[in-house]
Amino acid sequence: MHKYYSKITQIAGDVITVEAEDVGNMELAQVITGRGTSLAQVIRLDGKKVFLQVFAGSRGISTGDRVRFLGHPMRVSTGDSLLGRIFNGSGMPLDRGPELTDDLVDIGGPPVNPVKRIIPDKMIRTGIPMIDVFNSLVESQKLPVFSIAGEPYNELLARIAIQAEVDIIILGGMGLKYDDYLFFRDTLEEHGALSRSIVFMHTAADPIVECLLVPDISLAVAEHFALSGRRVLVLLTDMSNFCDALKVISITMEQIPSNRGYPGDLYSQLASRYEKAVDFDTAGSITILAATTMPGDDVTHPIPDNTGYITEGQFYLKNGVIEPFGSLSRLKQQVNGKTRDDHRTIMDTMIQLFAEYRETLEKQAMGFQMSPWDQKLLKYGKIFEEKMMSLGVNIPLERALDLGWEILSDCFSPEETGIKRSMIDTHWPKTHESEIIPG
Amino acid sequence: MTAQRTGLITKISGNMVTAQFDSPVMQNEVAYILHGKERLKSEIIRVRGNLAEMQVYEDTGSLKVGEEVEFTGELLSVELGPGMLGQIFDGLQNPLPELASRCGFFLKRGIYIDPLPESKEWNFSPLVRPGDMVRAGDAVGFVEEKLFRHSCMVPFSWEGIFRVESVAEPGGYTKRQPVARLVDEKGSTHPVFLSQIWPVKIPIKAYREKLKPTEPLVTKMRLIDSLFPVARGGTYCIPGPFGAGKTVLQQLISRHADADVVVIAACGERAGEVVETIKTFPTLIDPRTDRPLSDRTVIICNTSSMPVAARESSVYTAVTIAEYFRQMGLNVLLLADSTSRWAQAMREMSGRLEEIPGEEAFPAYLESHIASFYERAGVVRLNNGTTGSVTIGGAVSPAGGNFEEPVTQATLKVVGAFHGLSRSRSDARRYPAIDPLISWSKYRSIIDETQRMRGREILRKGNDVSQMMKVVGEEGTSLSDYIEYLKAEFFDSVYLQQNAFDPVDEATPQERQIYVFDFIYYILDSEFSFSTKDEALHFFQQLRQIFRGWNSAAWKSDEFVRTEQEIRGLLQERMVKGTHA
Repeated sequence: MHKYYSKITQIAGDVITVEAEDVGNMELAQVITGRGTSLAQVIRLDGKKVFLQVFAGSRGISTGDRVRFLGHPMRVSTGDSLLGRIFNGSGMPLDRGPELTDDLVDIGGPPVNPVKRIIPDKMIRTGIPMIDVFNSLVESQKLPVFSIAGEPYNELLARIAIQAEVDIIILGGMGLKYDDYLFFRDTLEEHGALSRSIVFMHTAADPIVECLLVPDISLAVAEHFALSGRRVLVLLTDMSNFCDALKVISITMEQIPSNRGYPGDLYSQLASRYEKAVDFDTAGSITILAATTMPGDDVTHPIPDNTGYITEGQFYLKNGVIEPFGSLSRLKQQVNGKTRDDHRTIMDTMIQLFAEYRETLEKQAMGFQMSPWDQKLLKYGKIFEEKMMSLGVNIPLERALDLGWEILSDCFSPEETGIKRSMIDTHWPKTHESEIIPG
Repeated sequence: MTAQRTGLITKISGNMVTAQFDSPVMQNEVAYILHGKERLKSEIIRVRGNLAEMQVYEDTGSLKVGEEVEFTGELLSVELGPGMLGQIFDGLQNPLPELASRCGFFLKRGIYIDPLPESKEWNFSPLVRPGDMVRAGDAVGFVEEKLFRHSCMVPFSWEGIFRVESVAEPGGYTKRQPVARLVDEKGSTHPVFLSQIWPVKIPIKAYREKLKPTEPLVTKMRLIDSLFPVARGGTYCIPGPFGAGKTVLQQLISRHADADVVVIAACGERAGEVVETIKTFPTLIDPRTDRPLSDRTVIICNTSSMPVAARESSVYTAVTIAEYFRQMGLNVLLLADSTSRWAQAMREMSGRLEEIPGEEAFPAYLESHIASFYERAGVVRLNNGTTGSVTIGGAVSPAGGNFEEPVTQATLKVVGAFHGLSRSRSDARRYPAIDPLISWSKYRSIIDETQRMRGREILRKGNDVSQMMKVVGEEGTSLSDYIEYLKAEFFDSVYLQQNAFDPVDEATPQERQIYVFDFIYYILDSEFSFSTKDEALHFFQQLRQIFRGWNSAAWKSDEFVRTEQEIRGLLQERMVKGTHA
C-alpha cells in the first residue's frame, strides 16, 4: 500500500526534501537509512517537493535512502497503560517497557471551543505561602516559572508536582541534562508519585526535532485523560529549549525571522500549546506549569515576553525564592475570595508594604537617614522574607494568613497598614489592641 | 455567477496555500479548498501569474498538492441583522454555541454555520408606507430584539433613491422573507430582508456626515473619566506589558461603560478571558437597563490557539458589526484585545508571502492598516438626522513592554487618548495601572478643567519630589515639598486607584466622580500645619484609611455621609485657618 520514494533532492539541517506524490501536509513518514529507521513529518509541500523534518536528525541520511509515507499525522498511544512509564519525544519507551500502540490519538489536535470551557474556580494548594496566599494556583491555569540557569526551578516544579492535589502528572522534559531527568524520576518515585505520572523525556543529547514534539505529545495524552474526567497537571521544562528548536527549524526552512532570529509565529506556536490548558465543561482539566529560563535574565527577550502574554501570570524564581514583584497568578481572584474573608486584604497589604520596604532598602543603601517609619519597614521586610518568602516554608493557607496578621501587628499600628477599619476590627490580633493610637 | 471557477493546489506552507487557476480571480475573494468532504475557507491575498496565494482560515494538516479549490467571487463578508446581540462568534462569524452543540468540545475545521438563525421569526413593524422615498441605511421597519428596536435598513450597498412599492404587514417574519419591496430610479424592484450581507474590510458609510467626537463616554473608571477621558466616537489605546492589567481594564470597561452596545473582539488572546465574559455577562445586570449585560454585548472571539488568518479577520468582523449598530443611531463601544495579535497575524502572513520585512519584521503596510481600522470609529449624523457612534478601544501588547515598538507607535499616531500601563505601577499593586505621568487624552473631561489641571500638576510635583528624595533623602527635603508629595500619594491612592473587587469602588458614576474630585481638589489646595514630617505622614495615612472606607460606601448612603463628616472633622484639625472658606 505505502509506496517507497527514493529521490531525496536536498538535505539541509534536519530537513530533507524528497520528490513524492499524493502526500498530505503534516503527514508522518519513515526514513529508512543504513543505520535504521527514523520518523519524519511533512512540514511543507511545493509541487512534487515534500519537505520533511526528520526526528532523529539528518546525520547519516544518504540521497539514495528510501522514504515511506504513512498516510496519517503523528499519533500517540493513550490510556492508563501509560501510567508510570517513561518515553522519548517520539513516544518510544525509554524504560525497557513494551512499546504501546493502543488507543492512538493525533497529536496537536484542534483547539477547544471556548463555550465548552468553564470558569476555573478550584484552587490547587501547594503549601507554599508565596503561591497559596499571594498568587494562588488554579486548576486549568497555565503558568510559567521564569527563571535563569542555576535557579532551582526543576526542584520547585517537582515539589509542586508531589504536593499538588491532582489525579495525573505528565512531565515533558525538553533539552534537560541527564541528571535533571534522573532527579525528576527519582523524586517522583521516592514520594510514590511515579505510579500516577507519565514522562516524555528529551534530553540535551537527543535530536532537536524530538524536542519539538514533547509539548504536543504530552498535551495530547493529557487531553485524553482530561476528557475522561481526570485532573491532569502537565509540567514542561524547559520551554526555552522548545523555542530554540523552533528557531533552528524555521531558519533551516529559510523563513524570515522577526525578533532575535525567532520565527514570526513564535507567539502562535506557544499559544497553541499553552492554550491546551483547560477546565472542560462536564469533564476533567489540564493545568500547565512550565519552566522558562530567561536568556541573560532578560524578561523582554522574545521567549519570556511572548510566553507572558499567553500564560495566566508567571512566577519569577530569583535568588532561590519566588519574587513577589512581577509574580502574578491572573486566576487567583477566582479562588481567593472564597478561602477566607481576609485573604485578599492580607495579600494586598503585605505586598504594598513590602514594596515600601524595598524602597527603604534603596534609600538605606544610599546612606540616607532612616526615619521611624523606615525602621518599621525594615523590621517588617526582614520578618516577611524569613517567614513568608523562603521556599523552605511549608504551611497550609490558613496558617499563613494568621501568620500575616501576626507579622503586621508585630510591626505596625492598624492605620499604618491602610487596612479598612471593618477588617481591622475583626482580624487584628487582640493582644496588640492597646497599641492603637487614637485618631 | 457564471460557471464555477476552480483551481488546483500547488504549494502548502503553514496556513498559506497556493493554487493554480485558468479563469480570472479577484484579489481578496473567498475560495474554498475541497478536501474530501471538507470545505476549508480561505482568502486570496496575492496573485502572481496564474498562481493565487491564499490564506487559509483553518488548519492545513493533511491537505495535498493537486486538490481542488473553488473560487466564490465574493469578498469575505458578514451577515448583519437581528440575532447578533448576546451571541458569541468566531472570527468568521460562526456562532460558537451552535458549533459546540454540533461538534462537542473541539472546533472542527470546515464547519460553517449560518450566523443568524434561519428559522427564527421576528416581530416586524413597518415604519414606511408605499410611496415613501428611501435610500441606503434608511429603516423600513423594525423588529423587537432584547433592549432595542432593531431597525431593518435598506441595504447599505444600494445606490440612489428608492420608492417604497410595498411594505410587509406587522407580524412574524424570518430572515428569508422580504419585509419590503423598493423600486429604483430605473423602475426595477428589489426586495428588502431583515438581514443583509456586508464585506468586512469596507467601512459602512450609509450616513449623512461624520462629526467631531465631543461628548464624553463615561467608563466609571475614575482615572480615565477624570484625567484621561474617552469621547463617544473617539479612539483610545491601552498599551502595556503583560501582567499590567490590560485585559482586566478592558473587561471592567465593557461592563460599566455608558454605551448601548458593546462589541468585544477577543483577538488572539487567552480563551480563559473570553470564557469569563461569556459565563458572567448573562448573570450580571446592567443597572441602566435592568437587563443582563449579555443583552447588549456581541463577542467576536478568535483566541490565540485558533487559526491565525481568522484572527486577522476577527477585528474587521467586529468593527463591521459595530458600524451596523451605529447605523441604528446607537452608541457602540468596540473593545479590541489585542491589536498586537492582529498585527502579528499580518506579520505571519507577510512572512509566508516572503515580502520584504519592515521594522521587527512587520510588513510595511502595518501603519496604514492600523490607521484605517481606527478611522472606522466616529460619531455620524444619519440620514434621519439622529446620531450614532462607534468608539474603539484597542489594547496593545508591545513586545518587551517597550512602547517604542512599531505597533504601539503606529497606534499612537491615530488615537485620541493614550492610557499607558506601567509595570512599576502594577508591581506596586496600584490598579488600574495607567501611568498618569505618560498618559494623555485629546478629549474633554467630565471634571472642570482647572481642577483637572491641578490634579495632574500635583501628580507631577509629587513625582518630582519623590525623585529628588531618592537623591537627597527625606531629611534633605523641605517640609512643604514633603507635604506636596504626600498629597500626590494621597490623590493617587484614594482617587486614581480603584479596587476592582469592591462592589462599590469598582465603578464610580459621573455624579460621584465630580463630587469627590471637587472635595479632593479642596484638600489638595488647602494648607496644613505640621511640625514634623512624621506627623504629616501619619495624618495622611489616617486620611487615606478613612477615605478608602468612603470609597466603598454606597453613594449618598448613611455611611457615606457619616464618613464624609469624619473626614471633614479630621481636616479641620490640621488645616491652616483661612485657606478655604
